[in-house]
Amino acid sequence: MLNHKLGAAGVTEKTITRADIVDALVQEVGLTRQDSSDYLERVLEMVCEELVSDNSVKLARFGNFVVRRKNARVGRNPKTGKEAPITARRVVTFKPSPLMRRRVESALASKE
Amino acid sequence: MLFGPFSFQISVMLRSELILRLSEERPEIRPREVERIVDVILDEISAALEAGDRVELRGFGAFSVRQREARTGRNPRTGESVPVEKKYVPFFKAGKELRARLNNGEDPEDR
Repeated sequence: MLNHKLGAAGVTEKTITRADIVDALVQEVGLTRQDSSDYLERVLEMVCEELVSDNSVKLARFGNFVVRRKNARVGRNPKTGKEAPITARRVVTFKPSPLMRRRVESALASKE
Repeated sequence: MLFGPFSFQISVMLRSELILRLSEERPEIRPREVERIVDVILDEISAALEAGDRVELRGFGAFSVRQREARTGRNPRTGESVPVEKKYVPFFKAGKELRARLNNGEDPEDR
């Protein structure tokens, strides 16, 4: 995917998935795996539903998800320089909370 | 609020409302515990990003940390050059399924 080529693959090679979050719920809340998985799906689905309905989702101490409408425009393939039309679309943007920004910045800057 | 024919109502779901709705769906679990569940989910994602890891939630999207290179910025008021240090910024990209749901069932990146 394009993003990987642009260096968005994260700082480490490690990827966390649903299974890791389910593990954390089992260990830290004491739920069954089934309940943990059900809750996680519900949370993600509720956020999706709000975004699809054009609503924003603001999660204190985490960040805000906002849907934006983009008009059609003429873009360019960054590799070939060739013009490529970009259709009108709705996109999700995530704005991390100042807390998350600070924590990510200080944790990773100190690793260097 | 109305600003003429092109306006549409913008509404917001907060963390507290998410917890409230989940509690209503699952009355057998105490709201305090539902709050804890939401905290653990969001904390896991935050902790992964702090470790520099990527979080991939298929259908929903992926969180990652992007590195912004050091650059020379400018104070917009004085025009003065100011060095901006290299920094790490959390980033989210909506998953294929969510992109399609936002765009009448078709992921615009496939067009």
